[in-house]
Amino acid sequence: MIDEVALRELVPQVLNVLVRRGADFATAEDAVQDALVRALSAWEDEAPRDAKGWLVTVAWRAFLDRTRSEGARREREARFGTEPPTAEVPEVDDTLQIYFLCAHPDLTPSSAVALTLRAVGGLTTRQIAEAYLVPEATMAQRISRAKRTVERAGLEPGGDVRTVMRVLYLVFNEGYSGDVDLAAEAIRLTRQLAASIHDPEVSGLLALMLLHHARRPSRTRPDGQIVSLAEQDRSRWDAELVAEGVEVLQAALARDRLGEYQTQAAIAALHADAPRVEETDWVQIVEWYDELLRFADTPVVRLNRAVAVGEADGPGAGLAALAEVDQGVPRRVAVEAHLREGNGELRVAARLYADAARSATSTAERDHLTRQAARLNQALRDRR
Amino acid sequence: MAKYLLLKHYRGAPAPVNDVPMDRWTPDEVDAHIRYMNDFAARLEETGEFVDGQALAPDGLWVRSDVDGKPPVTDGPFAETKDLIAGWMIIDVDSQSRAVELAGELSAAPGAGGQPIHEWLEVRPFLTAPPTVTE
Repeated sequence: MIDEVALRELVPQVLNVLVRRGADFATAEDAVQDALVRALSAWEDEAPRDAKGWLVTVAWRAFLDRTRSEGARREREARFGTEPPTAEVPEVDDTLQIYFLCAHPDLTPSSAVALTLRAVGGLTTRQIAEAYLVPEATMAQRISRAKRTVERAGLEPGGDVRTVMRVLYLVFNEGYSGDVDLAAEAIRLTRQLAASIHDPEVSGLLALMLLHHARRPSRTRPDGQIVSLAEQDRSRWDAELVAEGVEVLQAALARDRLGEYQTQAAIAALHADAPRVEETDWVQIVEWYDELLRFADTPVVRLNRAVAVGEADGPGAGLAALAEVDQGVPRRVAVEAHLREGNGELRVAARLYADAARSATSTAERDHLTRQAARLNQALRDRR
Repeated sequence: MAKYLLLKHYRGAPAPVNDVPMDRWTPDEVDAHIRYMNDFAARLEETGEFVDGQALAPDGLWVRSDVDGKPPVTDGPFAETKDLIAGWMIIDVDSQSRAVELAGELSAAPGAGGQPIHEWLEVRPFLTAPPTVTE
């Protein structure tokens, strides 16, 4: 059996060896992918003792082969020698450059995500295509275009750690399918990033992911139904992940450079900290939302703040806070429905839940909201 | 990173600007139209935005299950059905504005006289999986 995660960890390191040897990023990245695909079948029974050395050798040959058709192989061999490079290269800081490159600001979000998952995450094109439900050929094109864009931009890692974090957050937060767990993959990559760069916001992002990932077993029923935060079986939250998330967050907060991700993680930590939903410290959560508004004054943050205000000070206060939120924000109608229900306006709430279901962006959310509307309508019928 | 369905109707969409039925075009105009559609799909594949494209026969059956375990009941096709889907293209793009841009391009496929048809296409977002972080 191959340890696929261990294999994936080697991918950016091997890519880095090739690039340091003078190979161009785009061809080197294809060559590493060739080596990865070979390893996945060749190592099925047993991995070589020096896995990284094996990958470097195979990737280097693939790199030379890929340049052969262009009639440039001899020139390359003269330049680089025929011997594959040694795997002994210091890696940590250089791998970071590959992170930056793959999250280059010239890239669209979807191409940055695809390139990051392949070059940093070590996933195959097919796995990425399956995860995002597009044909493999489409995903392959998206990745090679992304590499052309990066090369045009001159390989200067114009990005900074913010753009990398945005890409990792997208990978974590997007719904996914296929046999690769993208949320776990995002956590793995964020962990690597946090280990090589000392930025409290990267730790904040990692904590945020850990705390949300901890709740995953309780977020959906086996049939895919959404379970709201209030109704989740908290005994099924992963205590180890929660503990790790809280610890990472506390270390980050201690450095006194607060930012958006740390603030979001603090909110998630307060939820995690409540053994029962009734024990949630909503007052403190509202304070953290006020803090979050300083970093990201977006309608979505204001909407979530209104939910928290509704819990802290009652539905009436929540509705007052909601009145100041843009009409067009996704989920606004669903939040209003929830607050109206809390306020005892069942008929209005039922109608709003049904409206919200019509504008839901996911099937699970649509079905959840439809069920809420049906529940209230039945209650209203039974009351007569 | 959102999928959209670009839906083309045989019937049921508002009338296009260049409203001449395809069987009245010259053979060259028909070829030019098909070439345009194929090139469009190929270009989308190259930009990494293509998911699927299919055409449907105009005539189909209506089917429903019957009572008491009897075989399904079939009916139709109905000549009077108002809305008739001709085919679709599914794209995976970064924004709704990109979906609109592409639908606009597709709608400009050449028709009679080699002029763009300017037909109406329906653009419908796919429902996705819910995001992980919601609060």
